[in-house]
Amino acid sequence: MAFGPHLLLATLEGLVTAAVLALTALGLSLVFGVMRIVNVAHGEFFMLGAVLAWAVATALGTHPALGFVAALIVAPLVVGSVALLSERLVLRRLNYDPEATIVATIGLLYIIQQLALSFYGPEARPVTPPFSYRVLLPWFGYSGYKLSVIAASALLLIATWLVLTRTKIGLVMRATQYDREMAQAFAIPVERVYAGVFALGAMLAATAAVLIVPISQAHYLMGQDPLLLSFIVVIIGGLGSLRGTVVAALLIGLSDGIISMFFSPTLAKLIATLAVAMVLVFRPQGLFGTTAR
Amino acid sequence: MTGRFFDLTNGKASRRTILKGLAAGAGLAAAPGFVRYAQAQSSAPMRIGFQAHRTGIGAAYGRWYERTTAAAVKAINAAGGINGRPIEVVIEDDGTDAARGAEVVAKLATQHKVDIVYGTLFSNVVVGSAPTAGELKIPYYVVSEGYHVASGKLNRYVFQPGITDVRAQVTSVAPWIAANAGKKITMIFPDYAFGYDHRDYLPPALQKAGAEVVAKIAIPPTESSFTKYFPQIPSDTDAIYHVMVGPAVLTFVKELGDFYGSSGPKLFGFIDSLEAVDINSPGLEYLDGSHFWEGSPRYAQADDTEAQKAYRAAVDIDDNGAAVADAKDVSTAAHMFGCWETLYVIKKAMEDAGYKGPEDRAKLVEATEALTEFAEGPEHPQGKKVFNGKIHQCFGTQNISKLEGGKLKVVHKTAIEDGMYEPEADYTKQSL
Repeated sequence: MAFGPHLLLATLEGLVTAAVLALTALGLSLVFGVMRIVNVAHGEFFMLGAVLAWAVATALGTHPALGFVAALIVAPLVVGSVALLSERLVLRRLNYDPEATIVATIGLLYIIQQLALSFYGPEARPVTPPFSYRVLLPWFGYSGYKLSVIAASALLLIATWLVLTRTKIGLVMRATQYDREMAQAFAIPVERVYAGVFALGAMLAATAAVLIVPISQAHYLMGQDPLLLSFIVVIIGGLGSLRGTVVAALLIGLSDGIISMFFSPTLAKLIATLAVAMVLVFRPQGLFGTTAR
Repeated sequence: MTGRFFDLTNGKASRRTILKGLAAGAGLAAAPGFVRYAQAQSSAPMRIGFQAHRTGIGAAYGRWYERTTAAAVKAINAAGGINGRPIEVVIEDDGTDAARGAEVVAKLATQHKVDIVYGTLFSNVVVGSAPTAGELKIPYYVVSEGYHVASGKLNRYVFQPGITDVRAQVTSVAPWIAANAGKKITMIFPDYAFGYDHRDYLPPALQKAGAEVVAKIAIPPTESSFTKYFPQIPSDTDAIYHVMVGPAVLTFVKELGDFYGSSGPKLFGFIDSLEAVDINSPGLEYLDGSHFWEGSPRYAQADDTEAQKAYRAAVDIDDNGAAVADAKDVSTAAHMFGCWETLYVIKKAMEDAGYKGPEDRAKLVEATEALTEFAEGPEHPQGKKVFNGKIHQCFGTQNISKLEGGKLKVVHKTAIEDGMYEPEADYTKQSL
């Protein structure tokens, strides 16, 4: 294949990775930014979203597009409630202590994973894409659905950004992130903000998973990769920074697509990890993060 | 609870609590499994430790290996067991993890005091566990299909008598590929041991048959997206040979379909990655008309033997190779027959050795090595096998099936001789 089309294919693949990654990492970043806790179970919320998408689409059994839209609404809502419940039952009781919550969310990770294994099973199960249009380029064919994933993710990111910057909810969230005690002094119900943010973070991961599941199936171990990549993205972009998360996701997604296509996938992973190390050494707060207060 | 039952030091234990404690103790003694140890060893069960992939990447295989094992044990016990003793299976989950695999072998041998260990599929777990089995001198019968047993890299205690190895499989099917799929082949295989067996033994076998491998594409086992590898497929490729164990296979097929449309190369694949997956799943349409290797056919065939029919009924699978109780629960039919056959080999070897207990393990190893042939029949429903005691490996027939009309139909059966190769090892020279 000639260089031009090869690069185009690599870029498209990288953009799909980046789109899903940006949504997932944004969830992780929000939770850390506002609550200052590291949610190790984030990848399992992603997995849960995919598994529920399969369950909803299968239970409805109607037209694929209808099942998919239903999954896109139901799965994030259910995952959000699970997150809300675990926030109430676990994180709040630990007073959001950073060390204790890491251990608690590791436990949560295993509980969710094993429940999925028990009730959903070990198979990888596919969800039919809402439409199966194949974009025919002169050099190769490309899935139209994949292109729509990029668009959907961009729309969701813009929506999240609008919520954060233009609404009262966003203002309250930013205030809590900026200074928890001051926010409390201004009668902001910090605990309710925390609960909401934790649920929102999980819902973003679940939405990303519903988008990706027609491409890559639901499997009970699928949460591991997104968790690792989200951490990489969040560290590079700066914890709690929306702009940083999007930029880092694009960086990691595109470099993964292009480097792994022209060189090797192992080299792409090497470079991403090296980038994390470099950022941690030279700019610990991340590219767009502010120094911890 | 027990603490309260026996807390007599403060003198407050009432008659009631003591009675409760006694009742619990009596219940324990009456529970199944307890009495057996009190009996003479001659009728005590033969304990087979089953290293099962209950969790981790091999869980779908593990579930069906368990079901097949249960069915075979039921059949053997109903017919009088081994040397008149029933089989008792002790299951330990290894998480499809090599390090845990070694721990499981040790636990089965030292804590559960099993007679032998059996049942492992994934090659990483076999390779990780074999040294422990060798150190503890406990016979270890795997159902893994990797070439590692026959290669001589493991030790005298490891056997693979119920399923053929990858080297024999690819050697058998290569002539058919060259004659029917094309002369220029691109290989896509997983970037670890199991894939390397394919990478190393397919090219020479194809060359012998007058075809060549034009590209070898190794894919990391955790990969979830494949489009980025497709530009590496040379445009003059006649056929793609794909073998990938992992849940991502549906993505692979779907992306291949998006990439090539209807004008792509032919496909020849190993069913391994589609085991436990409904072949009619959305996204797999692109496989229609392509060919697969199958150890034992998933779908009931018109010429199935009585033994094959009886075996399918015993393991509770329907004509489509799915669980009778749940049509969506698709089996790993191409591999799990190996559990059934391996258990019958163990039975035969134990009877030949006059096996009584762990002190006879060396005798059992020698008796297994002395086996040469297993006739087709209820004990070996997949077909006749030839066993080479020097490399601890069996040889058998392979099936090539075509996917059409939503079913896999066997179009070619190889001969046992097609898969034979010059042995590279001799385990019998190792000390016991």
